[in-house]
Amino acid sequence: MHSFWEAFAGSFGLVLALDPDLMEIIVLSMQVTLTAVFLACLIGLPLGAATALYRFPGRTLVSVTLNALMGLPPVVVGLFVYLLLSASGPLGPLRLLYTPTAMIIAQMIIVTPIVAALTRQVAEDLNREYAEQFASLGVGPIDRMVSILWDARYGLLTVALAGFGRAVAEVGAVIIVGGNINHVTRVMTTTIALETSKGNLQLALALGLVLLLIAFTVNACVMALRSTAARSAYA
Amino acid sequence: MIRNFLPAALLMALLNAIAATPVLSDEQFIIVQSTTSTQNSGLFDEILPEFTEATGIEVRVVAVGTGQAIRNATNGDGDVLLVHSRPAEEKFVSDGFGVSRSDVMYNDFVIVGPPSDPAGIAGSTDAVAALKRIAQTGSPFASRGDDSGTHKAEMRLWQDAGIDAIDASGGWYRETGSGMGATLNTGTGMGAYVLTDRATWIAFGNKADHRIVVEGDPKLFNQYGVILVSPEKHPHVKTEQGQQFIDWLLSGNGQKAIADFKVDGQQLFYPNAKGEDS
Repeated sequence: MHSFWEAFAGSFGLVLALDPDLMEIIVLSMQVTLTAVFLACLIGLPLGAATALYRFPGRTLVSVTLNALMGLPPVVVGLFVYLLLSASGPLGPLRLLYTPTAMIIAQMIIVTPIVAALTRQVAEDLNREYAEQFASLGVGPIDRMVSILWDARYGLLTVALAGFGRAVAEVGAVIIVGGNINHVTRVMTTTIALETSKGNLQLALALGLVLLLIAFTVNACVMALRSTAARSAYA
Repeated sequence: MIRNFLPAALLMALLNAIAATPVLSDEQFIIVQSTTSTQNSGLFDEILPEFTEATGIEVRVVAVGTGQAIRNATNGDGDVLLVHSRPAEEKFVSDGFGVSRSDVMYNDFVIVGPPSDPAGIAGSTDAVAALKRIAQTGSPFASRGDDSGTHKAEMRLWQDAGIDAIDASGGWYRETGSGMGATLNTGTGMGAYVLTDRATWIAFGNKADHRIVVEGDPKLFNQYGVILVSPEKHPHVKTEQGQQFIDWLLSGNGQKAIADFKVDGQQLFYPNAKGEDS
């Protein structure tokens, strides 16, 4: 218990000291995760909405697949991306292995199904409300998707945050494709894994608390943005 | 205005991220596939800056078990291999994936155990006899079980002891399937004996009450070798810079840097380069 409370104190010490190595690691973590979540939204939002709004053959299969892929083990995604990007793999010539880009690709694969599956649910609920109106106004398929996504935007922010939470906490995939290289691909989660393996449990726990603090900050910012925007929109 | 704010903010975040992501252009760097013991002990943090300062070449270390390091290098995902399992290294070279192998440094393995010492092996210098005692008394033993250099060394010792430890797996013999540090965390947690390299043990921060019980057996010798990945199998290998790194490691300066690296006043690795040997 003693070391548990020391870790709390230690984590605040680390942040307050603005340790440059730690800052570098935090910045890279955010760059990788935010980019991955942004790209996942770019794909996942329209994909999820399309699955909810349009009738097409295999629609149920797509829904079930998206839901199932939410449970993708990160290590498996890491291996898949490693084999893809390895010098002996099909995309080897791009020389992306052991770079932040490889980590972004891996996290994007993990997060996209989450964004798509949750978006499908949100869009389906809203569509039930709007379907008659759409039909009576003769709204085209693209416009339907745009208005559903737009009107569901606050709910979809939470969807994006769910994706962010999964990506920022993930270690299995990024440690394989990033290699946990100091000053190049070392992020919060891989640092925690490294410190644990060095037996520096207190430091590892302190870093975990820092990560939690960052996630809290990001969530608070998004929620603040959301309520500000909502107020302006309805004022 | 508000309507466009969110997408604009997200776009800005993305552009920032892309702009700040290091671009791999003509930056000089090599990738070294190596083992957790060299990284976790802090050796690389100590000696690499010296090399980078002298040559301008950045060294990016991927620290995994010896087995995985060799597989990654076989796939061409590295320029230099620095590991510790001689038979596997020699096979890597004879299969044509490595140019040649050189001794770099050595340290030794030790067996650590709980103070209660249920197998009564404390102070022994005979590793094989100690393992036999552990098996006879059914004392818990935590194994890496991950095809690493340390795991391979452990398996050779069990073989010498004539014991099929895998047969007891799940009983007193526990395979963690993890790195050295994770296995030590498990071992100290469950009061089990663990075979570890001395460097990782000395630098390890969660020793609990565990201590070294067996050391000094010549069979516990742990040699590290360095190999340049062959450009014949993988033309993109940075032969020139990789060779420069190897030459430095084997040079007086590199060997001295290794000898000078100490944790708590203890030397962790002993340089013993003597030129190429295969």
